[in-house]
Amino acid sequence: MKFKTLVSVAALAVAGTVVAGAAEARDQIQIAGSSTVLPYASIVAEAFGENFDFPTPVVESGGSGAGRKKLCEGVGENTIDIANSSSRIKQSDIDLCAKNGVTEIQEVRIGYDGIVFASDINGPSFAFTPADWHKALAAKVLVDGKLVDNTYKTWNEVRSDLPNQEILAFVPGTKHGTREVFEEKVIVAGCEEDGTFEAFMAENGGDKKAAKKSCMGLRTDGVSIDIDGDYTETLARVDANKNGFGVFGLSFYQNNTDKLQVATMSGVTPSTETIASGEYPVSRPLYFYVKNAHLDVIPGMQEYIEFFVSDEMAGPDGPLAAYGLVSDPELAKTQEMVKNRTPMGPLK
Amino acid sequence: MSDTIASTDAAATAGPRKGSLLVLDKRTRKRNAAEARFRLMGQIAVTIGVLALVGLLTSILMNGLSSFRQTYIQVSVYLDPAKLDKNGNRNLEDIAKVTTFGYAPLLKKALADKMAKEGISIEGLSEKDAAALISKEAPADLRRYVLAHPTSIGKTVSFNLLASGRIDGYYKGRVTMESAKLDRNVSPQQLMLADKLKADGVLTTRFNWEFFTAPDASDTRPEAAGLGVAILGSAYMMLVVLVLSLPLGVAASIYLEEFAPQNALTDLIEVNIANLAAVPSIVFGILGLAVFINFAGLPQSAPIVGGLVLTLMTLPTIIIATRAALKAVPPSIRDAALGVGASKMQSVFHHVLPLAMPGILTGTIIGLAQALGETAPLLLIGMVAFVREYPGAPPEGFFDPASALPVQVYNWTQRGDPAFVERASGAIIVLLVFLVLMNLIAIILRRRFERRW
Repeated sequence: MKFKTLVSVAALAVAGTVVAGAAEARDQIQIAGSSTVLPYASIVAEAFGENFDFPTPVVESGGSGAGRKKLCEGVGENTIDIANSSSRIKQSDIDLCAKNGVTEIQEVRIGYDGIVFASDINGPSFAFTPADWHKALAAKVLVDGKLVDNTYKTWNEVRSDLPNQEILAFVPGTKHGTREVFEEKVIVAGCEEDGTFEAFMAENGGDKKAAKKSCMGLRTDGVSIDIDGDYTETLARVDANKNGFGVFGLSFYQNNTDKLQVATMSGVTPSTETIASGEYPVSRPLYFYVKNAHLDVIPGMQEYIEFFVSDEMAGPDGPLAAYGLVSDPELAKTQEMVKNRTPMGPLK
Repeated sequence: MSDTIASTDAAATAGPRKGSLLVLDKRTRKRNAAEARFRLMGQIAVTIGVLALVGLLTSILMNGLSSFRQTYIQVSVYLDPAKLDKNGNRNLEDIAKVTTFGYAPLLKKALADKMAKEGISIEGLSEKDAAALISKEAPADLRRYVLAHPTSIGKTVSFNLLASGRIDGYYKGRVTMESAKLDRNVSPQQLMLADKLKADGVLTTRFNWEFFTAPDASDTRPEAAGLGVAILGSAYMMLVVLVLSLPLGVAASIYLEEFAPQNALTDLIEVNIANLAAVPSIVFGILGLAVFINFAGLPQSAPIVGGLVLTLMTLPTIIIATRAALKAVPPSIRDAALGVGASKMQSVFHHVLPLAMPGILTGTIIGLAQALGETAPLLLIGMVAFVREYPGAPPEGFFDPASALPVQVYNWTQRGDPAFVERASGAIIVLLVFLVLMNLIAIILRRRFERRW
């Protein structure tokens, strides 16, 4: 008898699941995407839940690309409302969206994120230029006008006034949005700076794209190590290898200033101020993308978006800036855009 | 053995035995040495295992035990009507318009007043830095209190507020005066102020109940982060797993073991069940995403979907354990039941199943314990997320977003603030305690009810 009851309970539970699942309406905002944007989004979500009568949004991480793909899955309560992204949306995403009926997307730039180079607090301090990093990490470097395999072992071989310390770098793995910025703003910039780019251009018969690609090739002899995990893993690696340099987000570094010291880039110390003014060269914009079709369906969505870009949150004195976000000088424009629900135009 | 026999035979044919019984010959010594070597290797293996376990546990306990204690600051806050209720009509809607940003200055003033009253002054410490001793969670606490007690506006109310994560870390040894000099989030002056407040009894460290009840918190306030939503989410999932997998698993095993004919089809099913038990759990996550979310339209991040996915994962374990328990019941029991005229079903349900129950329950609990610690499949169904709202009461609550214990550990280890390392280790301890409890129940059940024939 007991067994029969159990079976009927199970059957009821399954039936209940399906019925209730169909009837349930979602009342909290669902957000997914970049793990770089995640801390900012959760700070805003927390404050939003505290100050508004809407439930606190659910913020998932999982990567910028995955978030955008989820956003473009379609329209309806089973799909997410907002995708956080540390890189700009791609044409392929927009095409996927259009295919699945997600036509109007708002692009909201929340501010800028700095990328810093930091080493153990007790080691010597460094003043880098992008060219130093290119020379230290590139697979091929220019020596006496010829392209040769990179054999530099210490930083003072790269540039004589750098400290005599073994070259060892923990760079973000290729799946990270940070890697793209690192390649673009440091390695390629350095490549152009030290003349290697021209050498590659000559070698490739003037093909700019191919030259750029050759520039980005990093050495594979164990000097440059890809970190596929997050910044906590990079920090642990720097902790274990006191000679190592880690590539971090500014906010992560600011939370660990007692363990890490930051290197200057082209003579500029990274800080929210120097990044906002554009002096510090290695930074990138952070975005979130909003599915306009959900704006009037999910309660509180418009309020959340407006709250996110309000001066109170995203302004230079807000909690996001305090955590390490470089506030966007054009925030007023974004606020206006969000208010009018202006969807983004085609990618330029 | 054959060696011994051969040598005794040899000794017997070759006349009187050479050598002494007391002096070991070469071959015996060799065999004894081999045994000693094997014993040593076994002991080394056990020692390595024990050392690894001890190392793991001490590191977790060292890092995590401190998360069960938390530093609080006792402050009397004047709930200024000029700031909180500008219209002066005590209208709740108007009061609710004042955001937490409006409450922060009250705290700043309250702490400054307190310092002035106690005669504490620290050189080079601004009022803003002093206020940073109090957690960013505090304005929200204040606002909640005022909205619940609108009449308290205009009065001075004493609050027991969380101290910020760095100050808390100072009393747990994570932050020192030296590290504070380099840390941009805390200054030695702030630590000096904290010491003075502690001497005055304003700042106290006590047991951290909130760690078990509070929801997760954002990166700026690690001191407020708790396991409430995660524990609730895990409990909901386990309930779903239990309700679904126990009857399904037991029914399937009884049929396969007692009733099903032995043919190619049942053989195939058996092989598949055994294989399913070895399938990596992330595969079940992918299946769950495709079937439960995309096809059946169940909500994301919900315990019901997590429970369903974990049910699929636990079923093979339960079926295998149940079949083993049924097999262990001697055939004489069945024969006796059938002999006195019971039907096949009566013999199974009246005699075999009750005798197999301890084994079934043990298997189920071990299956549940395994499901409790699973993270990978939850990754794909959106449960690895920042969730602050408690799920509602069942059954509706099964469809609300929730987190889970192992997920919370995973989330916290990724945060930038070192205070989250302590929280993550604390969460691991909680998870381990749950697992040990479940396994203990399984052992007790087995010991008390198991019968041997």
